[in-house]
Amino acid sequence: MRARLLLGGLFALLVLAPLGVGAYPLAVLILILHYAYLGIAWNVMMGFAGLLSLGHALYVGLGAYVAAALYASFGVPALIGAIPAAIVATLAGLAIGALGFRFRVNGVYFALLTIAFAEFTRILFDHMEWTGGSSGFFLPVEHGQVSLVALRGPPVLFYYVALGLAAAAFLLARGLMRTRLGYAWLAIREDPEAAAAAGVDVFRARMAAVAVSSALTSLGGVFYAFYYNNMYPEQIFSMARSIEIILAPIIGGMGTLFGPVLGSFVLTLLGEGTTALLEHLGLAAPGAKQVIYGVALLVIVMLKPAGLWPWLAQRLRIGRDG
Amino acid sequence: MAVYLDILASGVLTGLVYGLMALGLSVIFGVVRVVNFAHGELTVAAMYMAWVLASTLGADPLLTLPVIAAALFAVGYALQRFLVEPFIGRPEHEQFMLLLAVAIIVLNGLLLVFGPDARHVKVDYAYDSFELGPMLLDTVRVYAAAAAIVLAGGLYLFFRFTDLGTAIRACADNLLGAQVVGLDVRRLYALTFGLGCALVGASGTLLVLMRDATPQLAIQLTLMAFIVVIIGGLGSMAGALVGGVLIGVSEALAGFLLTPSLKSLFSYGLLILVLLLRPEGLMGRRA
Amino acid sequence: MTQRIRSSRRQLIQGAAAAGLAATLPLGAARAQAPALKIGVILPRSGYLAPAGQSCQRGVDIAPQVLSDLGHRVEVVSVDFESNVDLARTQAEKLIADGAQVLVGAFDSGGTSAIAQVCEQKAVPLVINVAAAPQITEQGFKYVFRNFPTSVMLVRNGLSLMKEMFKATNVTPKSGIFIHANDTFGQANRGAIDRLFPTLDMPFKLVDSIAYDPKAQDLSVEVAKCKASGADFVIVTTRAGDAIRLIREMVKQRYEPKGIVSPGSPGMYDQEFYDGLGGYSDYTITNLPWPNFNAPITKRLGDAFAKRFPQGRFGVDAFNVGFTFEAMLVAADAAKRAGSRDPRAIAEALRSTDIADHVMTGGTITFDAKGQNNNIGSATVQNLKKTPTVVLPREAATAKPVFPMPGWRGRSA
Repeated sequence: MRARLLLGGLFALLVLAPLGVGAYPLAVLILILHYAYLGIAWNVMMGFAGLLSLGHALYVGLGAYVAAALYASFGVPALIGAIPAAIVATLAGLAIGALGFRFRVNGVYFALLTIAFAEFTRILFDHMEWTGGSSGFFLPVEHGQVSLVALRGPPVLFYYVALGLAAAAFLLARGLMRTRLGYAWLAIREDPEAAAAAGVDVFRARMAAVAVSSALTSLGGVFYAFYYNNMYPEQIFSMARSIEIILAPIIGGMGTLFGPVLGSFVLTLLGEGTTALLEHLGLAAPGAKQVIYGVALLVIVMLKPAGLWPWLAQRLRIGRDG
Repeated sequence: MAVYLDILASGVLTGLVYGLMALGLSVIFGVVRVVNFAHGELTVAAMYMAWVLASTLGADPLLTLPVIAAALFAVGYALQRFLVEPFIGRPEHEQFMLLLAVAIIVLNGLLLVFGPDARHVKVDYAYDSFELGPMLLDTVRVYAAAAAIVLAGGLYLFFRFTDLGTAIRACADNLLGAQVVGLDVRRLYALTFGLGCALVGASGTLLVLMRDATPQLAIQLTLMAFIVVIIGGLGSMAGALVGGVLIGVSEALAGFLLTPSLKSLFSYGLLILVLLLRPEGLMGRRA
Repeated sequence: MTQRIRSSRRQLIQGAAAAGLAATLPLGAARAQAPALKIGVILPRSGYLAPAGQSCQRGVDIAPQVLSDLGHRVEVVSVDFESNVDLARTQAEKLIADGAQVLVGAFDSGGTSAIAQVCEQKAVPLVINVAAAPQITEQGFKYVFRNFPTSVMLVRNGLSLMKEMFKATNVTPKSGIFIHANDTFGQANRGAIDRLFPTLDMPFKLVDSIAYDPKAQDLSVEVAKCKASGADFVIVTTRAGDAIRLIREMVKQRYEPKGIVSPGSPGMYDQEFYDGLGGYSDYTITNLPWPNFNAPITKRLGDAFAKRFPQGRFGVDAFNVGFTFEAMLVAADAAKRAGSRDPRAIAEALRSTDIADHVMTGGTITFDAKGQNNNIGSATVQNLKKTPTVVLPREAATAKPVFPMPGWRGRSA
């Protein structure tokens, strides 16, 4: 009960936020919500099904490029273009997952497989003239056009889209957890062999997780494409981005619902705070922000490997997996 | 025709240094069973150390190599003893996160201290090349490859003929047995991690002769080391060297026959194939 | 190491005070003007484009003083986008959110494209100092102004200057090879060469085009390809450190083309290039716009540079410093004519820019309907005694071009 109140309160606050904050804080909030969303999406694969994906940027990139290309070439509005985008990403995810399963690639090897696929795709797109190659792909910019379906408009529009996505993902994940599939995932995460012995179709459950995760992540990519209006293979498929995606859910709490959201807030605010502090002191220190991230990750892994949210939830006396 | 010989030679020489770099990763995994995701970052740290010594003392990296290897040994030992050890039994992803955190800290620490600009080490023979029949061999690469072979050879002798080396191999082959026999596994693990990092330090020192030191190199090196080790076989020393040479040559050839900017594509493609078809690598043992 | 960025409050106030102080000097007319124009400058001061970015920054450092001597008061906020396109975008948004009225930047085509989008969306003018990708001014943007040639213009001028050089030295190569960095700028150049080469009646064949990753450290395969092609003339599009590595590899592989010429790319006239290669840096050629050292405004700039950077070499930095200063001059001039600090008014005034007294060689600074200045010409600048020296066109030359270039043997680093 408490959980719902607090969650509802947070949501209400976020809905009202644009009325009170300036353009820059709004951009920061959009970033937070975007990474919270991506974190929830990644969490489905890792936290729920136990598959460590270190190449999740692949789905972000695929989603972005497919939707962007459809818009630029055929004028397909974003919300429609998101469907083929998600399909492509899901197929890619299923391919990787199936290959991994078929050839019994597990644990750290699977993680490396995901990295290899992401890097492979990055280099491929770097050479794909049709989408601009390494010069990047630019969406045509229209002045004054406001359309939800096409995802064109002022930052406020994107804010609410990001908020909507994050909320929807949260509810979806929560809903999934309460289904048979969700319990199957839990069983597989704890002990795959025991789960298989108990009759769980491990392969199908895992593929379902991969499909959901990659599809959701690709929608985040669609958002990225239309918000930033441009994308470069070097940036969107990069290992650095994959790492960015996983930091929030790890710090917040893998396998929990609210973990990625909390993690995203903590990390982004930490980062912005560090940058602001350095500016105030008149120092330019490239890398300082990331060192703080690294230290935060280290501290969490060493002291609270389950993440910040379980600890916070205990303090707030909210039920498990709140 | 001569061009192909040059390319092949260059690929082999570069590959040997890659191999040395991957050896560090392989040794640690083979014994301690921990995947060192901070591999590339530590290599770059070694590169910077070599650069600092070269620019302040004018010392050739080939000479400062033992010093840097020793320094990285200490780092590795401490890393294992104080940070990694409690994580040995824990789930893989927690180990990964620990070392990822270390990697992020080291990488950005280097960025903070040295800035993002590339640091180059100047040596007198930087522009020289050896003539071997119709081939032109880059002097720097020849020296680096020679050093790599010597070090790899030394490592082999260490593991084969010394008590310490045998003890470490015992831990890798049969942990329970090793403990039963009374080996101090904790100490041996720490020594192994230190040894692996010493190899990383040596390869970084050699690498800085051929590449400028820059923080961005770290991720590439980690990935490269993984590719080499997986293709060669995690836990196999000869495999690491063979894998290195294979990658060096295939990248060189791919770059020559196709667009050079595509050469990494081959390495990743190869990695995917190996992961799927023969995850123990060409020369590894089935885990 | 940590550096003090110019965007600290202290520096801002200092800058404004200096500008204010200058206004009290005998150039009293400045007092009656609109208050100081806030210019946001975005440059790659770190990352792989750092050498050029820092060179441009030196222009930013001396600009306020020189501009105020000319009757313009400006306040500068300078940010580093770390050669990272994502960051360029967010930094632009931040500058605008903090009140910048004009943006100047960004040296790199990729970063500049991202910033142009932001500026167009937010209706804040962007004056480009250096960025050659043609598509930046082909998107119908109303708030983007480029005081720099496009890669098409650079390549066209570059290729015709090559022909002039062959005529002047009576030596013509048989076959050429084009080797270029695989980023936005490099690909734009490639596109330009593909289009223009067949139409310009060049006296040599172009046998191949090789792309390489500008961040790659090992260019041995690329150079081996050049050597294997048998080409005796190399056209390059480099970015920064890759230029050093390219030449070094050529020395190692004993590849001695008659000439190494760039149709307008950075790298071969950076101080780092001379420091890194020593004697091997000589005789490489870059065809690009170059300052007119006889113009009074250039002399002012040079004096300010010498005072502020006594260890620096104006002759080496002049390209980056010149264009960066010019961009800020264009912005300040427009603000003065607009009589307002409103970005839209400034943009309107920018469209009718007409500046005759400026730093770089070429006609008056004006912008066409797309925001492009078409009056910038190129010169042939050859590295002689580790100094960039104008060798063509003859009217502006201070030395004769050396072509073919001497071999690597006998030189030292």
